[in-house]
Amino acid sequence: MTPFSYLRAQSLQDAIAALAAEPGSRVIAGGTNLVDLMKYDVEAPRRLVDITRLPLHGVIPTDAGGLRIGALTPNSDLAYHPQAARDYPLLASAILAGASAQLRNAATTGGNLLQRTRCPYFYDVATACNKRAPGSGCSARTGINRNAAILGASEACVATHPSDMCVALAALEAIVHVEGPNGARALPIADLHRLPGDAPERDVTLDRGEIITAVELPSPRFGRHHSYLKLRDRLSYAFALVSVAAALEIAGGRVVTARLALGGVAHKPWRIREAEALLEGAAPSRAAFAEAADRLLQGAVGLGGNDFKIPLARRAIIRALTQAADGAPQSQSRKVIN
Amino acid sequence: MDQNDRRPGAELVPVTLVVNGETRRLEIEPAVTLLDLLRERLHLTGTKKGCDQGQCGACTVLVDGRRVNACLQLAVMRDGCDVVTIEGLGTPDDLHPMQAAFVARDAFQCGYCTPGQICSAVALVAEGQARTPDEIRELMSGNLCRCGAYSNIAAAIGDVMAGAAGAKEAAE
Amino acid sequence: MNDVLAYVGRPQPRVDGPLKVTGRARYAAEVAVEGMAYGAVASSAIARGRIRSLHLAAAKAAPGVIAVLSHERDPGLPDEDDPYLKDMGAVPGSPFRPFCDDRIHFSGQPIALVIADSHEHARDAAALITADYDAETPQVDLMAAKAAAYVPPEPRSGIPPPPPPRGDAQAAFAAAPVRLQEDYRVAAEHHNPMETMATTVVWEGDGRLAIHTKTQGVNNPKTYVCAVFGLDPDAVRVISPFVGGAFGMALRPHYDLLLATLAALTLKRSVRLTLTRQQMYTMGWRPDTLHTVALSASEDGRLTSIRHAAVQATSRYEDYQEPTVNWSGLLYACPNVTLSYELAKLDTSTPSDMRAPGAALGLYALEAAMDELASRLKIDPLELRLRNYAERDFNEDKPFSSKELKACYRQGAERFGWDRRRPEPRSMRDGSELVGLGMATGCWEAMMQPHAARATLDAEGRLEVACGTADIGTGAYTILSQIAAEALGLPIERVTAKLGDTTLPKAPVEGGSWGAASAGSAVQAACAALKEKLLAQARGMNGAFANAAIAHARFTADGVALASDPAATVAYADLVRAAGGDGIAAETEFEPDEEFTKKYASYTHSAVFAEVRVDEELGVIRVARLVSAVAAGRILNPATARSQILGGAVMGLGMALHEETVWDATLGRIMNANLGEYHIPSHADAPDIEVIFVDEDDRANPLGVKGLGEIGIVGVAAAIANAVFHATGRRVRHLPITLDKLL
Repeated sequence: MTPFSYLRAQSLQDAIAALAAEPGSRVIAGGTNLVDLMKYDVEAPRRLVDITRLPLHGVIPTDAGGLRIGALTPNSDLAYHPQAARDYPLLASAILAGASAQLRNAATTGGNLLQRTRCPYFYDVATACNKRAPGSGCSARTGINRNAAILGASEACVATHPSDMCVALAALEAIVHVEGPNGARALPIADLHRLPGDAPERDVTLDRGEIITAVELPSPRFGRHHSYLKLRDRLSYAFALVSVAAALEIAGGRVVTARLALGGVAHKPWRIREAEALLEGAAPSRAAFAEAADRLLQGAVGLGGNDFKIPLARRAIIRALTQAADGAPQSQSRKVIN
Repeated sequence: MDQNDRRPGAELVPVTLVVNGETRRLEIEPAVTLLDLLRERLHLTGTKKGCDQGQCGACTVLVDGRRVNACLQLAVMRDGCDVVTIEGLGTPDDLHPMQAAFVARDAFQCGYCTPGQICSAVALVAEGQARTPDEIRELMSGNLCRCGAYSNIAAAIGDVMAGAAGAKEAAE
Repeated sequence: MNDVLAYVGRPQPRVDGPLKVTGRARYAAEVAVEGMAYGAVASSAIARGRIRSLHLAAAKAAPGVIAVLSHERDPGLPDEDDPYLKDMGAVPGSPFRPFCDDRIHFSGQPIALVIADSHEHARDAAALITADYDAETPQVDLMAAKAAAYVPPEPRSGIPPPPPPRGDAQAAFAAAPVRLQEDYRVAAEHHNPMETMATTVVWEGDGRLAIHTKTQGVNNPKTYVCAVFGLDPDAVRVISPFVGGAFGMALRPHYDLLLATLAALTLKRSVRLTLTRQQMYTMGWRPDTLHTVALSASEDGRLTSIRHAAVQATSRYEDYQEPTVNWSGLLYACPNVTLSYELAKLDTSTPSDMRAPGAALGLYALEAAMDELASRLKIDPLELRLRNYAERDFNEDKPFSSKELKACYRQGAERFGWDRRRPEPRSMRDGSELVGLGMATGCWEAMMQPHAARATLDAEGRLEVACGTADIGTGAYTILSQIAAEALGLPIERVTAKLGDTTLPKAPVEGGSWGAASAGSAVQAACAALKEKLLAQARGMNGAFANAAIAHARFTADGVALASDPAATVAYADLVRAAGGDGIAAETEFEPDEEFTKKYASYTHSAVFAEVRVDEELGVIRVARLVSAVAAGRILNPATARSQILGGAVMGLGMALHEETVWDATLGRIMNANLGEYHIPSHADAPDIEVIFVDEDDRANPLGVKGLGEIGIVGVAAAIANAVFHATGRRVRHLPITLDKLL
């Protein structure tokens, strides 16, 4: 770790001002990712701005019938929040598929959105990585790339976003509220995470000094027709190779609305509106699910070690949609995949 | 007596923690994790360092009643918190029911992951989210055990939960 | 006999349990000393080449730094191999000598040591150290390196090379009606005990050192540091009462010991060095191994030939070896057997023993091949094993001291419900899951080592048994207490076992599953000698004992009594007082019966049965159930014994499905050197495991014990892999079987 100074923010404005004043400042809340990265010397902030005492906690119903989740709400509190668990079981399920009970207790909603990739080269300062050290090259492209992206990658970077929660939030079309030196704004989660392009060092579209304050969910509409299916190299406490968040609104035997997002395959939760549209208006069927899967995976390319993710993702999408259509979401504790 | 860091060049931050019921006042550098504070400053070495990255659970302690990985907590950020470590749960002559259940079920071998497993298990019971054996296993999966004592650990937790349920029934 | 306290053979809770579950058991990095300095190691970024220049200035100037040591300013370490070869675990070759020169042998090699006033200052200063290298292209790919495979010119001490061929396997193969030849591979693994390597060297003044280090045997690090640093053995004490898992990796001393001792001697102060999890991947590992197994059989399933060739990775600088293929000549009755074992050099650290070294790998390949043969012959896999059952060790042409493997097969199959297995693969399913049942055999040599122990009775009637062995989680404290309590007729609460200290009677390293047989026999002998002493003392104190032989005496919680006249009792307190000291002690040395071991082959055996569930579409594998039936002689403590087998089974599950150390071939660097990406099984992966100990009467030692540390893992990976085949019809011959291999 590089020595750093510590500031405990007393107000949001205090924190925003502190970030603006000192370019090497970073916000810290749960710390489950940032402290780890600092120990690896991947991140070396000069100052940490501790925002945990700010009033950004709590899960509150919105006038629109949705839910507003304070950015500091721990992942476990959100997953077990009675209203969140009842109205957004897909989100609760995705959160409980990630990390461990201990990490979920510490990790916050805002921090989860800002998780950095688990690409092994990003974590190893002895290797080249454009995300960590821009211009140094991408070791993963020709190296160990079992967990690399199959979609939306660039010459510069093939990293994947590791979050489970974000995949569900993408499917649920969450709105992210941020506040910064230029005031407050809200953006769809789809616009928060970036594709790497030629600037892989930037994970998100936030401007300097902007702090995530809340995540807002639109009113619930999927009932029991959802599933979060996560596939990984052991049955718990491992990052996704591929994960699928599927949610369907079904009326009269037909899909009215479909939402489908993938984790573990791209630099951001992967969602293509057209793939969902293919499902809408039709009766749920394996053929329709396969068509949607193929559309969502259109353009997928492997690098060798991750080639398997393409067929795996296709099958996982079909399976998760089947579970969602059947109203039989995947359990995160019973390991049989229904 | 608490030991403080007094070194040139280091920005020291005052921190007060209640550790196992005892108020501890320290001045530390911001880079000190709760785990290293417990082990190196307070000599509470029951909390173990297995990976220092949140990937094994050996450092699990209860902060304000919640189980967390002490290795990923900067101690300065936990100023004012209540911390319970394995040493605060029971003593060799007066074991906490979970500690006793671990002994009875032979739920450990080398013993190194054990304090973390026990702290995690105590929190698991308090959380009340695990009702089935599958749920116990899933919600304990953040505690790795290389000796492979998993089934005995699950049995020990099951015993404590059954005992707690039995005690609750008896009281009702 | 109801006044005799029976402990041996009963499930005694661990005597060290209360210390471990309350966090009071102190491990190597948990000894606190006034004024102690902290070490941190800076590691090489390249895998092969030379250090052109080291940049140490920033680290030296960092807050709290006391010293930075490296090869650059000669740290005064010996410049020849000899002292380092005093490591009892040394293998043929030139042992790794940190800081001896600018040469880099493997990625992550220590290049500098920072000593600072706190853990954080040491860690953060070490991160400031960089180096310029003259890098050479490393080779870490065994498939490429095998072109240069060779038969090790010098066998490793204690590891028998493959036995000479018997019969003519090639001709028998050519003539056989049923033949099979396949390649198998098990990925490299790392031990990953939960505790990382750590050494605390306490500077006691006048050159005296008390070294707390993670080790499977205190005498080896003591011998090693004394040789390397030229220290007087009387000035060095090594202490290691608790070991946070080792599984073989703490048999040899590692650079934490060497560098911490170097720093303490250089600075004349106490130093602690704890390695990081990442650095745990820069030493000992289970070597990547390529197997070719060829089997032939008659139509009725009698093996006519076995050939097993293995190529195993070793480092560029040492010829590490394991008994990998020998099992293939031992397990089955077969007249024609050819076994070969070769090494191939990689630019890695030297592999090391890891739980059931050789057997876990070799028997995976053999037992996977046997399953394939059974499938080809359309014979039940268990029946095929029974048809080829070996009643004799054909490798050495000796009878077995005991072998109840048939009982393992029978009892294991019954408990598991093997008879519900339908012969055809893909024939059993449950909802979306294919169900597979598989089995395999396990085998490990039952070994013993010379071992000393001391038993001391004090005036309060408390018994202490002591020896230098290690309890790495096996339950040694407990079984030794049980043996001693029963021998002296004392309640176990009055017995204390002391282990892991070079001031105690000498013990070998704890490994190879010889601990229970060796330490147990030594403690039993020490207690027997103590009883003789106590009786001799009683003779002088009470006329009734005048002519009493040991057979006439009874030892109870109260004292020594006469069997014929229980009223005649001399209390222990009186005996000790009369002897005029704090206690009466007896120390003995146990020597294995060489005549017996020359005459008999002694092995533990197991039959492992696995039920897996495989999601047909997604390839997700769950192990639903494991049954392990073990024949290991007498079981001293069924509770701790069962735990050993559970642990082996879980590690075997990891070998089958999860564990794989992954190198970047270009960089020669391990890219999953952590517990997040190197997957050991988690709670959610661990199935119900049933353990059966079959009765086995063995005479190799007075206790009838064979040892349990290794046998639990052997055969597990094969049983699971065979079950995956039965479930899916897919034969994956490269472990671990990750889901992508089933897509």
